[in-house]
Amino acid sequence: MSTVAAARPIPRPTRPAPFAGAALQITRRALLKYFRSPEIFGMGIAQAALFLFMFRYVFGGAIHAGSTSYVGYLLPGYVATIVLFNGGAVAVGVAEDKAQGFTDRLRSLPITRLALVVGRVLADFTTNGWWILFTAALGFGYGFRLPGSTLDALAALGLCLLYGLVFTLVFIVIGLYAPNAQAAQGMSMIAFVLAFLSSTYVPPSSMPGWLQPFADHQPITPMVDAVRSVLVGSSHGLTTALIWSVVLILAFTPVAVIRYRHA
Amino acid sequence: MDKPQSRGAGGSTSSLIEARGIEVRYGKVEALAGLDLQARSGQVLAVLGPNGAGKTTFLRAVATLVVPSGGELRVRGIDVRRNPAAVRREIGLAGQFAAVEPTMTGWENLELVARLFGHRQAGARAAAAAVIGLLDLHEVADRRAGTYSGGQRRRLDLGASLVGAPSLLLLDEPTTGLDPAARAEVWAAVRRLVATGTDVLLTTHYLEEADELADHVVVIDHGRAIATGTPAELKARIGRDVIEIAVVDAAQLGIAARFLEAVTASPAVIDRSRRRLQSHAEHGTDQLSAVVAALKDAQVAVDEIALRHPTLDEVFFNLTGEHPHDALPTATKPTATKPTATKPTATKVGAS
Repeated sequence: MSTVAAARPIPRPTRPAPFAGAALQITRRALLKYFRSPEIFGMGIAQAALFLFMFRYVFGGAIHAGSTSYVGYLLPGYVATIVLFNGGAVAVGVAEDKAQGFTDRLRSLPITRLALVVGRVLADFTTNGWWILFTAALGFGYGFRLPGSTLDALAALGLCLLYGLVFTLVFIVIGLYAPNAQAAQGMSMIAFVLAFLSSTYVPPSSMPGWLQPFADHQPITPMVDAVRSVLVGSSHGLTTALIWSVVLILAFTPVAVIRYRHA
Repeated sequence: MDKPQSRGAGGSTSSLIEARGIEVRYGKVEALAGLDLQARSGQVLAVLGPNGAGKTTFLRAVATLVVPSGGELRVRGIDVRRNPAAVRREIGLAGQFAAVEPTMTGWENLELVARLFGHRQAGARAAAAAVIGLLDLHEVADRRAGTYSGGQRRRLDLGASLVGAPSLLLLDEPTTGLDPAARAEVWAAVRRLVATGTDVLLTTHYLEEADELADHVVVIDHGRAIATGTPAELKARIGRDVIEIAVVDAAQLGIAARFLEAVTASPAVIDRSRRRLQSHAEHGTDQLSAVVAALKDAQVAVDEIALRHPTLDEVFFNLTGEHPHDALPTATKPTATKPTATKPTATKVGAS
């Protein structure tokens, strides 16, 4: 029997954790987990670089994207939708926390449920933001050059980060509904397919007639097109993209909050 | 084997948990169907039941993770439905899976949860240090939890539920999946904790665990409490002792059973694969010597013969008509219990 136990009682906290403090602890833990998992982080880097390489140098030669060079067409779309590729890890992380009892532990602690959601969103938005910045930088290495001013480029980057937030919420919800990590990974593939059925890699006008209406009207196409417009200083399609973003945020946030309350 | 003594100080008679007719359904499944349960502070309460009985659901209700659709549930007098936040300040939960972060060290894991319990940085450090001492985690605390053994991971998980110094610790099957040595480590940790005055509610399907740790046992089945009492009281319900015989030659099981029944006037249960048979004995020692003599006369070669009290397993079987865990014979040896016999089955029905 331990005598240490009697010598050092466990101190009891005097007040519950403040909202921001609790959220930041949850963020910190999720980020530590992410960046200390080489299989997630390292694979993400390799994947982003290799896919861009493939599109740029393998498919690029066969794709005609109008007057611009293919890398000029591809890169804005690639950066805007990179989260759809790497966001599967978000869904997997959320599903794992749920399956392994970590979410239950958090829900049994004296912190508000909203802090769980905010902490999680903050962490995943940070990792997704990193991927956006990383692929944008990567693009320049693959020969992408800004078609407009630096200010336009920053605005386009801001727009991509907004999409990063939108997709973060979508993947968190996928993770909350997935019964396990494998299912979360599988369900995330759907988002990935959406990127292909949009204007991200090829102009929808090159798709068969029956597919074009879908490609034109699903949210990814206007979102990607708006980034291309903003890059050249135009605001064409920006309103549609912003409306989609706001609608998706408003739709997925309450689902995430409710799911964290009751899951 | 010294069981923690009930603690007298600090209102040992105050109510810890009061459950009146609580109901929880998952779709069409009625996980709790009007469960009644009373527990006082100062006792270790074990909730015992087969898979799917509702043990975990009950624990989750106490932990404010599921809201009962009917009935009333109070923890330290606090209504769980009306004021879950106040209940959360009293409890620490260690769930069925060790919910520690493998990429973080023991210290980091403990300090994280301590901060979430409301500690400031220095307080979190102090709480983590105290828990590391209490659970004997010194040697591994600087390593990432991913490198821990199963028992170390469980102890760290237990530690994480303790850094906020909760007054009620909730343990959901704390030793499921652990080998005997690791189970002993976790049991020792729980005993030390109980000695510091923390109340404990645990679920288990190991009767041995309830016997080892609990002052008070509630057996639940199909979402209701079907028996309650101390381990000794529950065993006394069956009352009669058991004579158990192992024969050398399985072919002699039949003849041994006839002699055993003749002495005890009670049916013998034969376990052919283990060459064992047993029967209840009203007059333990007298009947034991009579059986020994009879078998000797009949030249039945006996490997082992013993008189013993009924195990909690048998009590459990008697109450629920089910074995507490699959693929395990009801009878355990009166002498050393073989560790292999108490290993959990590999697959389990999900949250019960």
